[in-house]
Amino acid sequence: MTSIADHTVTRSKSSFKLSMLLNDTRYRSFTFQFIALIAIIAFMAFVGGNLVRNLAEAGLNISFQFLKDPAGYDINQKLIEYNSQMSHGRAALVGLLNTLIVAFLACITATVFGVVAGVLRLSNNWLVSKIMSFYVEIFRNVPVLIWILIIFSVMINALPAPRDFRGDEASASMVLFDTIAITNRGVFVPSPEFTNSLSVAEQDVAEDGSIVPAKGWQDFALIFGVLFLSWIAAKLIGSWATRTQEATGSRPTTWYILLAVWVVPLVAVLAFLGLTWDVPALKGFNFQGGLQLRGSLIALWFALAIYTGAFIAENVRAGILAISKGQTEAAAALGLRPRRIMGLVILPQALRVIIPPLISQYLNITKNSSLAIAVGYMDVTGTLGGITLLQTGRAIETILLLMLFYLTVSLLISALMNVFNNRMKLTER
Amino acid sequence: MTDTHISFVRHEEIPPSPPPVAERGVLKWMRENLFSNWFSAILTLVALYIIAKFLIGVFPWFYNGVWDAGSIRECRDILEGRFGACFAVLVDRWDHLLFGFKYPQSEYWRPVLGFVLLVLAAMPALFYMYIPTKFLIGTALYPFLAYWLLWGGTLWLPIAVLAAIIATAFVFRFVEAMSVQMRTILAGLVGVAGAIGLAYLLYLGAQELWFISDSVGSAGGFAAIAGYLFKAASIFTYIFAIPMGIFVGYAIFQSAEDGGLVTVATALLAIYLMLAYAIGPVSEFLNGLIPIELQAVPSRDMGGYMLCMMLGTVCVSLSVPLGIVLALGRQSKMPLIKGVCVVFIEFVRGVPLITLLFVANVMLAYFFPPGSGLDLFLRVVIMITMFSAAYIAEVIRGGLAALPKGQYEAADSLGLNYTQATRLIILPQALKISIPGIVNVAVGLFKDTTLVSVISMFDIVGMIRGPIQQSTDWISIYWEVYLFAAVCFFIVCYGISQYSQWLERQLATDHR
Repeated sequence: MTSIADHTVTRSKSSFKLSMLLNDTRYRSFTFQFIALIAIIAFMAFVGGNLVRNLAEAGLNISFQFLKDPAGYDINQKLIEYNSQMSHGRAALVGLLNTLIVAFLACITATVFGVVAGVLRLSNNWLVSKIMSFYVEIFRNVPVLIWILIIFSVMINALPAPRDFRGDEASASMVLFDTIAITNRGVFVPSPEFTNSLSVAEQDVAEDGSIVPAKGWQDFALIFGVLFLSWIAAKLIGSWATRTQEATGSRPTTWYILLAVWVVPLVAVLAFLGLTWDVPALKGFNFQGGLQLRGSLIALWFALAIYTGAFIAENVRAGILAISKGQTEAAAALGLRPRRIMGLVILPQALRVIIPPLISQYLNITKNSSLAIAVGYMDVTGTLGGITLLQTGRAIETILLLMLFYLTVSLLISALMNVFNNRMKLTER
Repeated sequence: MTDTHISFVRHEEIPPSPPPVAERGVLKWMRENLFSNWFSAILTLVALYIIAKFLIGVFPWFYNGVWDAGSIRECRDILEGRFGACFAVLVDRWDHLLFGFKYPQSEYWRPVLGFVLLVLAAMPALFYMYIPTKFLIGTALYPFLAYWLLWGGTLWLPIAVLAAIIATAFVFRFVEAMSVQMRTILAGLVGVAGAIGLAYLLYLGAQELWFISDSVGSAGGFAAIAGYLFKAASIFTYIFAIPMGIFVGYAIFQSAEDGGLVTVATALLAIYLMLAYAIGPVSEFLNGLIPIELQAVPSRDMGGYMLCMMLGTVCVSLSVPLGIVLALGRQSKMPLIKGVCVVFIEFVRGVPLITLLFVANVMLAYFFPPGSGLDLFLRVVIMITMFSAAYIAEVIRGGLAALPKGQYEAADSLGLNYTQATRLIILPQALKISIPGIVNVAVGLFKDTTLVSVISMFDIVGMIRGPIQQSTDWISIYWEVYLFAAVCFFIVCYGISQYSQWLERQLATDHR
């Protein structure tokens, strides 16, 4: 009886044959991996050798020094200070921020579009749900590049030029109490300025004695800091209310305290900074002042939002449909009103289904924002992968940096998604 | 008093009275579906208003549309200030939109025929439940025919390649059916050839690595470290070149008894020899004998919607097998293979397609031997295939994960090895689950083929943005042409996604 076991043991110990590397499952995986390793090294040798030869032939080398050289080109939409004398690295940074801006704006807008369309598509109203399916199918089945180009062409060709705003019988006029000008050169919106700006040591004084307002990152940092403190205070008040509710059984009314916590400090800091609005006005051939959102930015933003919104609508619809009807019925049997059923029972469960695909849609927006290059919006693909590449001819370095940037962003978003999924798992029983 | 007991008993049933007006017909439907409550009523009215606005705005544009004009100015003259579309651009530039501006005009029948055949060839695969399996032979033959139709040249070249593939299959069968003695002799020969070949390849690789380390290491800094790494890899490869060769040769020889490896190795050797040495001369010879030729069209002359179709079809069909391999690799228990697959998939999924197209455009040529001159179409196909393979791999991984563990265990308990279990048990089920996902990736990929216009290829968007909008005749026309492109894509993508939903319903029935 024992002989079989003994036999196996002695055999595996005593005689190692070369054939066991192939036939014995214990060793076979090592063999395969070793072969794979050799294959990878051989591939690297092939690719790397060709690369070195080709570079030598073209008289090139791999170096990132060009990032410090002056860029020599202008960027028309910028968040931080930049001019053509600054370096390629700075230009890439401007582009990078532009990518993040358009992705951020498009994510928010797409979510709004998507949630509205997804919910309305499930509505009892036949007409509205049909319109929404129409929207979803039309936008999902046409390439986003075509949408971007259509919207951009409309911005350029169909909107009034700044000169149409001139004169007494102007063919175009500004909207929203003469503060926003929608032109074919972009949309001009008022931008905030401060008479007590922190960004300058001493405010300039105009010839007529009035103070010239200014703005800088310090002002916005202060405002965000105050908002952050308000947020913490609101959280504390919320937890205090919960504790009181648990102790006494009734929740204290906090909405007016919360309102005060949010509004009072904000108003105070805005008053301290002396907020004024720089309203765009027609001067010369174009509008001056305010914030100019270029047509390319608007087209990209709107096209990405409306295209991705169609996908998000499908996710939202699927998420709501995934919650079984029994949940609604059980909640109704408990006596909850329809609105509370939605808010307390359906949505919290549906969100668990909706949010992971939603986050991957955000990822898609970020990646698709690289289509900016088709309309000339200077995002990171347009600066680093576009003009910098053309000017310096450093294809390998710029494309590697570009990929690295997108890879970082998408890995960060994936990490976010994993954190979310794990948190959701913990709440499951 | 007479008995006037009047009793009335109705003998027949009275017909039911009709429901109230508001509870029947159109009114009931409207009440339920359009005006069920005040909020819904507001929504309906708003929707009606928007639809009316839209129709009033768009209808004259279509109605006044001009179909016959030579340029945008002529078009405006005909319109005389009325609001209307200028569809004449579609008539005027129809060929450009569909085939690009360089494809020889006399040869347009070829892509058209290719497209018709594509639809026919796809049928047996798409509707496999209705069409007998033998029609799949047509699907398998299609790529060779399509290559000949689109690129032209001699028909004998694709036929020779096909013949080589069939011959390889025969070699495979032949070796499998050999007696063990015969196969031992063959295994000895192939083993020696494989050993020498592999050792030589590795020797070349080691030399190459040394060369890289020399040129990298001289730069200093980080590059010096990389140089040392390459030196180490080179020495490693030098050491293992001969042992690896001997080992693989021995493995081939050793498999003579049961046939696995030697059969594969012989088939690989056979197809390599045929493709490298036999195809060219044979097809040339046959063409000299019986010339069947079409005018050759280089890939840079392809354009328009045809280019999108070509890229979409080629890349999807190539990326499915690659995606399966990557998905299986990612499921593997071997850390190195798993790691390589994970890194590849996550890297490709993490970057936008446009950066990969930049790679195809300006960077990929650096990785091939100097003067190999891959054309842009091929480079783009390589990159898009890699891109969609990563996404398809993720879809298939989902399918693999959705299989119950019992299936794997059952396969193991039947004594199937990895290849058998994967081929017979795992993949058929996993692929069936992943078909809708794969179709979604295919639709996305087809839409993404428009991005090639960014790297100055003239697909339909590239044609519009380049030769059409830049021409003096049709300067800055946009609605008509973009709408046309959108409709082209909508028809195909909507069709495919409807098919995918239909297929999903078909596949779902047998699980209930």
